[in-house]
Amino acid sequence: METNNKGLIGRIRSLGWGFAAMLFIGGILFWGAFNTAMEWTNREAFCISCHEMKDNVYQEYRNTIHASNRSGVRATCPDCHVPKEWGPKIIRKIQASNEVLHKILGTIDTPEKFNAKRLELAKHEWERMKKTDSRECRNCHNFDSFDYAEQGRRSSRMHQTGLNEGKTCIDCHKGIAHALPEVEQAIGAPKEGATPEEFHPTTPKPGEAGKDADKATKG
Amino acid sequence: MNKPTFNTTRLRAAALALTLSMGLAQTFLAPAAAVAVTEAPVKLQSLRGAEIDASDPEGDGTRYGRDQAPLPRDFVQQPPLIPHTIKGYTVTKNFNKCLDCHAWARAKESGATKISVTHFKTREGEELSSVSPRRYFCNQCHVPQSDAKPLVGNTFKPGTGMR
Repeated sequence: METNNKGLIGRIRSLGWGFAAMLFIGGILFWGAFNTAMEWTNREAFCISCHEMKDNVYQEYRNTIHASNRSGVRATCPDCHVPKEWGPKIIRKIQASNEVLHKILGTIDTPEKFNAKRLELAKHEWERMKKTDSRECRNCHNFDSFDYAEQGRRSSRMHQTGLNEGKTCIDCHKGIAHALPEVEQAIGAPKEGATPEEFHPTTPKPGEAGKDADKATKG
Repeated sequence: MNKPTFNTTRLRAAALALTLSMGLAQTFLAPAAAVAVTEAPVKLQSLRGAEIDASDPEGDGTRYGRDQAPLPRDFVQQPPLIPHTIKGYTVTKNFNKCLDCHAWARAKESGATKISVTHFKTREGEELSSVSPRRYFCNQCHVPQSDAKPLVGNTFKPGTGMR
């Protein structure tokens, strides 16, 4: 009880200021080391040190606009797949421990196994992007800075209608950096992959969302 | 000793047969070989001047045309031209990027031209309820436009009814 009454400052004073300074410096060193180690895993070179990434998704990405373009500005793996903000980044990194487990289990260690899992893995990323309103896209692409006069007539029209309907990047821009899983497009034999509703989710119009909410409260 | 002698005679017979057949083959093949020698070797070259086994030279300055309104047709039954860039558009077993806008289910939202109903037929002319899989590879007939200079001259004029 006596120590509790002293309070934090009191307790530190009783241990000596030298000890407090050491604790402070130790904290800085620990934090620096922790952050450096985490950022070390936030590199393309780290991602493709596993053949699962290097032989599949990385090869698909190399020819896309995010890897090769006239100005040489690239978006590497973590730019899209790891949040920039600290909190969400830590959460994503903790989730990634599951990916380490499946690396050890060899869940996707052949192209055949990877392609069998492609739909599931793609859906996870679509869902993650949708949940955060495509936050990682918006780290670079800012709607407010769109110059619709400079965009092609098709993209200009689609961007304006889409954004007015409350759509987010991933609703339309799927498979821009990697090959897509099977998508049902009503041609030939039915496909097992993503349904049209999954591939192009409909966004409820602002009015309709309100009506649904009313129904829910009445029901 | 008897056995080895038998073996050598068999070998001799085989050698004789081989020589005979080679001689025959030579008499038949000789005229063809002579013709090939007299003619100058065929120089294979691609239209753009690159070696036949090399890919076309890159960066020759041609670009896909910018987005534009549908282009006019020059002859009857001409597959409509693609009036936009198709860079990075993939058509794979899993997904056809063209269908993502031009399929009937997508055309209203995307504002794209719907696939012609002529594509809903089998080779035998039987009507299908969706696009025929034989029409899956759009670029076999439909091509985008670039500002490339014509490789050879031509005096083609659009059909009278198409001008």
